[in-house]
Amino acid sequence: MVDPMKLWVIIFGLGIGTFIIRFSFLGLIGGRELPEWAMRHLNYVGVAVMPGLIAPMLVWPEATGGALDAPRLLAALAAFSVGIWRRSALWAVIAGFGVLYAMIFLGL
Amino acid sequence: MAKNITSNKSAFWLGYRDTLPFWLVVGPFGLLFGAVATEAGLNLFEAMVMTTLVVAGASQFTALTLMGENAPVFIILLTALAVNLRMAMYSAALAPHLGREPLGMRVLYAYFMVDQSFGVAINKYEENPDMTPRQKGLYYAGSFMSVFPLWLITSLLGALVGAQIPPEYALDFALPICFIALSAPLMRSLPHFVAAIVSMLGTVLFVNIPYSLGLLLAAFIAMMVAAQLELWLKRRQANG
Repeated sequence: MVDPMKLWVIIFGLGIGTFIIRFSFLGLIGGRELPEWAMRHLNYVGVAVMPGLIAPMLVWPEATGGALDAPRLLAALAAFSVGIWRRSALWAVIAGFGVLYAMIFLGL
Repeated sequence: MAKNITSNKSAFWLGYRDTLPFWLVVGPFGLLFGAVATEAGLNLFEAMVMTTLVVAGASQFTALTLMGENAPVFIILLTALAVNLRMAMYSAALAPHLGREPLGMRVLYAYFMVDQSFGVAINKYEENPDMTPRQKGLYYAGSFMSVFPLWLITSLLGALVGAQIPPEYALDFALPICFIALSAPLMRSLPHFVAAIVSMLGTVLFVNIPYSLGLLLAAFIAMMVAAQLELWLKRRQANG
């Protein structure tokens, strides 16, 4: 069983700590103008963080015990291509799950 | 897609609507969190307080896993918070758009910061630079409000019902799909593409760096490469 004291320290510590991380720049920079070089880098935060988050999940999927998995790789590729082509998150999700389920159904 | 946002109300609902596709990925993730929390020994109240206060699934899973391994509190907090450090980068990227709002609003916006609201909103801001700061904030709030109630409800359901999703549904894939769907519409230029590729190569290469710091390192390198490439392309265009 979990020690309740320890658990509550973790819950509040994680909650407060995460809030401080979220508030950090939004709170400190506020409405101040950033230098041009900083803006140039910040424009790429989304594309620099999100693809990196999933790369290890695609290369070493937990569900297959870390072995490369053709359906998951192809589904990711389909989601990514369709998402760029249609400029749409919805189509990316549909394409990704569509290809994954089709391949699992076909036993590939 | 509506190019001109005419009222503040429509900005909120547009953000809400544009985030609907992510219900398909947030739902399963919430169910899974609820189920895993119950298995880890949390009661319903504890699980719901955690999911409401933290609202960051990956770090919640990390904390539960380490608790199961009986790690010291300090290590659990450090590791789980490191998973959320990427949000400091989101915070910096949102500051030029939302930083002028009053302090109270910024506190609220900080709480509203999840991968979905950040990704959907930043994509919208790049598409529509003419949005007013208030419209930007409402769009972002609408995006968060689209997934947050679902996150709470599915966490609760997961905690009540337990993990009864059969593995054939391959819902482990919901997380990668979510981030692919968030980043694909952001690929507007060559530097954006290059940043994504550098980021993916980086995290795979740095996979052994502890506390998720490999992701931050890879992201910093990706941002620098993209910014330099952007400058180089501009200079070449100016000279040619």
